[in-house]
Amino acid sequence: MPAVAKTEPSAAAAPPTGNAAAPVAAVVNARTRPKWLRDLTPTAVWRSVAVPALAICGFLLLWSTAASRIETSLGKIPGPAAVWAQAGSLWQDFESERERAKAFYERQAQRNAARLAEDPAATPSTVKYAGRPTFPVQILTSLKTVFTGFLLATLIAVPIGILCGLSRTANAAFSPFIQIFKPVSPLAWLPLVTMIVSALYVTATPMFEKSYLISAITVALCSLWPTVINTALGVASIDKDLMNVSRVLKLGWRTKLFKLVLPSSLPLIFTGMRLSLGVGWMVLIAAEMLAQNPGLGKFVWDEFQNGSSDSLARIMFAVFTIGIIGFLLDRVMLVLQRLTHFSAQR
Amino acid sequence: MNAKRRGLFVAAVSAVLFSSSWTEPVLAKPLKVEKEQLKIGFIKLTDMAPLAIAYEKGYFEDEGLFVTLEAQSNWKVLLDRVIGGELDGAHMLAGQPIGATIGIGTKANVITAFSMDLNGNAITVSNDVWAKMKAGIPNGPDGKPKHPIKADALKPVVSEFKAQGKAFKMAVVFPVSTHNYELRYWLAAGGLNPGYYSSSDVTGQTNADVLLSVTPPPQMPATLEAGTINGYCVGEPWNQQAIAKNVGVPIVTDSEIWKNNPEKVFGVAESWAEKNPNTHLAVVKALIRAAIWLDANNGANRKEAVQILSRPEYVGADAKIIGNTMTGTFEYGKGDTRPAPDFNVFFRYYATYPYYSDAVWYLTQMRRWGQIDEAKPDAWYLDTAKKVYKPDIYMKAAQLLVEEGKAKKTDFPTTDGFRAPTHEFIDGVEYDGRKPNAYIEKLAIGLKGNQKAGS
Repeated sequence: MPAVAKTEPSAAAAPPTGNAAAPVAAVVNARTRPKWLRDLTPTAVWRSVAVPALAICGFLLLWSTAASRIETSLGKIPGPAAVWAQAGSLWQDFESERERAKAFYERQAQRNAARLAEDPAATPSTVKYAGRPTFPVQILTSLKTVFTGFLLATLIAVPIGILCGLSRTANAAFSPFIQIFKPVSPLAWLPLVTMIVSALYVTATPMFEKSYLISAITVALCSLWPTVINTALGVASIDKDLMNVSRVLKLGWRTKLFKLVLPSSLPLIFTGMRLSLGVGWMVLIAAEMLAQNPGLGKFVWDEFQNGSSDSLARIMFAVFTIGIIGFLLDRVMLVLQRLTHFSAQR
Repeated sequence: MNAKRRGLFVAAVSAVLFSSSWTEPVLAKPLKVEKEQLKIGFIKLTDMAPLAIAYEKGYFEDEGLFVTLEAQSNWKVLLDRVIGGELDGAHMLAGQPIGATIGIGTKANVITAFSMDLNGNAITVSNDVWAKMKAGIPNGPDGKPKHPIKADALKPVVSEFKAQGKAFKMAVVFPVSTHNYELRYWLAAGGLNPGYYSSSDVTGQTNADVLLSVTPPPQMPATLEAGTINGYCVGEPWNQQAIAKNVGVPIVTDSEIWKNNPEKVFGVAESWAEKNPNTHLAVVKALIRAAIWLDANNGANRKEAVQILSRPEYVGADAKIIGNTMTGTFEYGKGDTRPAPDFNVFFRYYATYPYYSDAVWYLTQMRRWGQIDEAKPDAWYLDTAKKVYKPDIYMKAAQLLVEEGKAKKTDFPTTDGFRAPTHEFIDGVEYDGRKPNAYIEKLAIGLKGNQKAGS
């Protein structure tokens, strides 16, 4: 895709050649073409565009032929066309739910008008439409939940990681917990988290749904480990000379932390965070299934329970959605990670 | 011309009569509800219908309630979320509020003022088991197996399993679920012991001929298909689903085990009901109207109900499967569809009234199988029933509906809370809700007096 707009930047970058001979200009021009354009050789295009496209076509072909041969108790495994059709029907659900919301607000306006006519002092009710969550809304809920968990994980993991990296004693103290808790499955945490949240989060006007908190905390518990480990590693591998300089200059701990430790370990912290977000997204789906948080996990579970002839196709569409979102999240983190690399190299 | 004038006259007279005399145009003024926005939980079963209908037909909104209906993954999650306040109320198994109040499983005071339906469950066995059972069942005049099928026919199959050193396993949906007691009743009536509960055996498998375990309703067909269980008792559409998927055969419905047995209730936490009395009343009003709609005109609305229930946000199974039982038939085995007009009863037979005698029956079964581990006096049974079942709230809601002209006075019973004694059980034993201990004594298999499991 980046192959389309290419010549302008190189033309603009060409130095003013004045009366110099044209061939020279051409050579210069070729040399100053940006790197990505020079990388755009036929082999590269073949490898980065055509091969994946062919592979995807092959996969779709294999899928549609294999799917029609597997008979489950819910009918045949849906092929690509059936899955695509469900994408349309999910979109239709979303549209019709919006219609219903509109109708609801109209009814509410009418009710309020009637109430005011009867008693001018009456306060109009402004209830938000409480419809069912549709697929796009469920995606948003899942994203919100995973980022809450991820933020929580980062806030806990980075300080612990720094502590472990700076002090061998702290590292020795935390290490057993990291080793033991790192491999624990979200499904094992969930009942504990559920009970603890239910016991502690008791308010008259809850700001968050409990299911949302439970899912986010479970995500945090499972995803903080890569950040802890990578932060510790990043901090521990700071150049010894830098540390010695800071000792000579008698820098305060705060200056040392913010001017020295954090900047130089930032690339590894971000590597850890990228891994954490990946784990978190994976964990979230399982957590939502059990905690009843109305996101993608609950969508998959509800469809499994529906057991209708469309259910498998809908679940499959959700699988692709989950995969694509996971991929995009990873890309975003990768960009952030690269930015920190550059700033660290400066 | 003349006819037109007469028509006008009749219209005028009736307008005068209806507006001024008895039904003073009660401005359908909604109750002042304490809480407008509610979240109500349900399990994907056709008998959640009153909730879906009350929502879709705008009955909740008429009461000034804005409700979100949310499917829950299993009964335990549902109950815990009602107790924890995440849900304002829920579609519950009749045994759940009772079990919670006396402390079987999670202990908390949960009450109900509305019974959601009668009947609606069936027992399904795997194809293999059915093939073996069939030999022992006589055919009726129409050449089809004679109904009701009793557990006597299952006995040789269970013995065969035992001889091979295998356990015969069946699933129910929850330890205090109606299905558990119905399946146990059916097995015991056929001489098979379903096992006892005790303080040391909360799985209820002591002395069992058939091992019962718990599986959430929507997973029943898949679990049966996987061979983990040999049969199950569950609500619809999960028995019809077994036929549709060709993994099992429904053999007996719960109305054949106990005609018009109480099934689901609308349960709320007692503390919630105390804090929101008007809201509770408003919800019950909306649900009564939904139940009336479901059973109106000899089930004329059922087809529409099936379409609504088949949406993915409600039950979600294919309309054809839900329709099998919701429209007055039941498919036992491939092609063996028989009329079952009372398979799902939502309003007829005073289905929605919360009878004390219904609660007492569940309590007798809890005692029978050891979930209540000591003898209790008759008075205890009644007191407990009164703690959980709230017919006064129901009658108040009914009264309001009658005043608003949305229901007829004859729709509701005049009763002291006990149904007349009945012997319409598969084994013909008579049940009188006023004499629970005498009833327990009459049941052949089961704990009596002060007996404990294993003794």
